[in-house]
Amino acid sequence: MFLTPRFTMKFAIQVNASPYQSDAGRLAYRFILAVLAQGHEVFRVFFYHDGIYHAFKYAVPPDDECAYPALWSALAAQHHIDLVVCISAAQRRGLLSAGESLRQGKRDDDLAEGFRISGLGQLVEATLLADRFIVFG
Amino acid sequence: MKSYLFVLRKPLHSGACVQEMLDIILTAAAFDQPVSLLLLDDAVFHLKQGQQPAGIGMRDTAAMFKVLELYDVKAVYIEAESLHERGLVVQDLFLPVRPVGRAGIAALIATFDVVFAG
Repeated sequence: MFLTPRFTMKFAIQVNASPYQSDAGRLAYRFILAVLAQGHEVFRVFFYHDGIYHAFKYAVPPDDECAYPALWSALAAQHHIDLVVCISAAQRRGLLSAGESLRQGKRDDDLAEGFRISGLGQLVEATLLADRFIVFG
Repeated sequence: MKSYLFVLRKPLHSGACVQEMLDIILTAAAFDQPVSLLLLDDAVFHLKQGQQPAGIGMRDTAAMFKVLELYDVKAVYIEAESLHERGLVVQDLFLPVRPVGRAGIAALIATFDVVFAG
């Protein structure tokens, strides 16, 4: 059940750590759920530094562990959140979308459902549009 | 318009972190937002003169700090104690900086709209 807050705020989130480097991504995910449950808006999550590892489609953790890319994909689909992966951070670490790999003359298709690859302008724009900008990791 | 502060704490060549922070700094500046930097702890070494990173096969990040002035970066703050504890003085640095005492750091950070910590 969603509570009705007295006023609503627009949140933008940045995730900087990989799923297995720290719990920053998990905390960001749970923070977003809490923010949404309070009736606020989360319009964009920007994945930067090692945070881009959350977007790898073919990560296959053991069954009893959390599969982060799928969690984010479901969150984006359910709440219409824009999941943006920084292009330069992704390329450095070998994460290429199908379109991007074509442009680079490579064969790859790593980007999980619901994520898109774009530039740092999307991060700066998010900080300008948001009432609250929170960085994890 | 919002004012931005980028807080750097890590030394040179510690992974891609600083390089990637510089990329955000230049992007924010390219959006015509007022951008300032604060160097704490080992990050003060970024501005030390006489770096020769080619010798260890690393990128010349000092050159990237030097272009900050061209991007209208408003101020580079540096924590005076961080500098002193590492045996450095402002004359060792290749950019003009504004030293701030440790006791004044929290108040300085509070004056900005958006803070990036790295």
